Amino acid sequence: MPSAFSVTVNGKRVGVTEDMTALAAIIVSGTTMVRRSVSGEPRGALCGMGVCFECRVTINGERHCRSCQMRCAREMDIRTDE
Amino acid sequence: MSNSRRSFDVLVVGAGPAGIAAAWCAARNGAHVGIVDNNAIPGGQIWRGETQNSRVSETANWLRKLATSRVEILPAMEIFASQEPGTLAAESADGMHELNYKKLILCTGARERFLPFPGWTLPNVMGAGGLQALVKSGMPIAGKKVVVAGSGPLLLAVAAYLKTHGADVRVIAEQAPWSRLIQFSLLLPFRGQKIAQAFALKKQLSRIAYRPGSWVISAEGNGKLESVTLRTGQKTWRESCDYLACGFHLVPNTELPALLACELRAGFVCTDDFQESSIPGIYCAGELTGIGGLELSIVEGQIAGFAAAGQPDKAREYFGGRKRQRRFSAALERTFALRNELRPLPAEETIVCRCEDVRFGRLRSQSSWRAAKLQTRCGMGPCQGRICGPAVEFLFGWKAESARPPIFPAAVESLATSTCAE
Repeated sequence: MPSAFSVTVNGKRVGVTEDMTALAAIIVSGTTMVRRSVSGEPRGALCGMGVCFECRVTINGERHCRSCQMRCAREMDIRTDE
Repeated sequence: MSNSRRSFDVLVVGAGPAGIAAAWCAARNGAHVGIVDNNAIPGGQIWRGETQNSRVSETANWLRKLATSRVEILPAMEIFASQEPGTLAAESADGMHELNYKKLILCTGARERFLPFPGWTLPNVMGAGGLQALVKSGMPIAGKKVVVAGSGPLLLAVAAYLKTHGADVRVIAEQAPWSRLIQFSLLLPFRGQKIAQAFALKKQLSRIAYRPGSWVISAEGNGKLESVTLRTGQKTWRESCDYLACGFHLVPNTELPALLACELRAGFVCTDDFQESSIPGIYCAGELTGIGGLELSIVEGQIAGFAAAGQPDKAREYFGGRKRQRRFSAALERTFALRNELRPLPAEETIVCRCEDVRFGRLRSQSSWRAAKLQTRCGMGPCQGRICGPAVEFLFGWKAESARPPIFPAAVESLATSTCAE
């Protein structure tokens, strides 16, 4: 069994397992908008494989991380555009 | 940032089926082989989330072969440039890496083709493979209403997968007409292969409406997807749904071979009998050379692997298998060719370039891809035209230009290191 722990998405604690991506944690937290586009539109993930860059978020203070490509880790702090 | 420098007899880029087969074959004769991938775990898209314990024995076998071989696995690394022949520059979370090779095998695979229609930028409108990848990586889908749409055999595999995981798949809207699908299905009994199995997923797909000759004309919702409108012939109807999984077959990831000046024809890399490209010592296998699915990818990988390791006689043993699979690849292309009715779908205000929010109305008056880039910034965002490029090629007939480094956004430190390396 993959080990279970929690991460935070916009300050909210979410239970995850290590085989989940940061993007899955965002969706589990109930957030559908992952970022705002350059003209302010809400956006969510599109390609799921690291090509489209629609799912980029701030992880542990680092901006522009593709959340579909990053696995959840203990104490990970994920921030979407709000 | 920690930097590293590594050298290989054979370096494989892309750890999907073609890359895994290539790396394993290349290493059989003792060559020092590395395989680099941007994902944390080998398998590519089709084997994402699969392990050596996979119920599909072929998948399990290949993943086990790779894991127990002497191939050096370089995960979670993105290649962004090539400073000089024989060298690639890659970036990972822990720094910049210089990868040197004597022979290179490119197996960078394919991505979904996306076509713009009103509402396609709403959250919860995703690729078909995109939604499947998300569910494979932990996104819950049980009880959610999903419309699967677009084109290609992938739609069936995705619908079956989602249903198995508890999704309520409302409809599969395949834009290709029945007449072509029937011709295609007549080929299948001779294959007994994975894509054929998608058509044979009768159990999982039972009670899901498969509607050839239908397509999404718009997606609606306030801040996120709530419904889609579909069309077949002159009839339109609306389906309420939580997710739209929509992709129009596949396009190859040719950015790296283009950067390395490999010759392309009709969007695919040209290769000889041994999978060698126009650049000596650079081989290509899998979807890069033509969309042909899993079996063709594996057999091309095997040929490329043996050829790159200096074992042409071994490579030759696989020529017959490749020939059979290529016939199927040609049938795929014919069957899932895009219909003209998809071209007028975008409205004036429909976004085409999602990175820079460039709308259809602004693009229509441009004369070329280059003009559009200069005048509107279309394709100039972080995806570098990977999503809108195939769309504008279909909508306007614009061809992408040659690739320029960095082919993926890279940290400033990496770029500085890469240019000042020597």
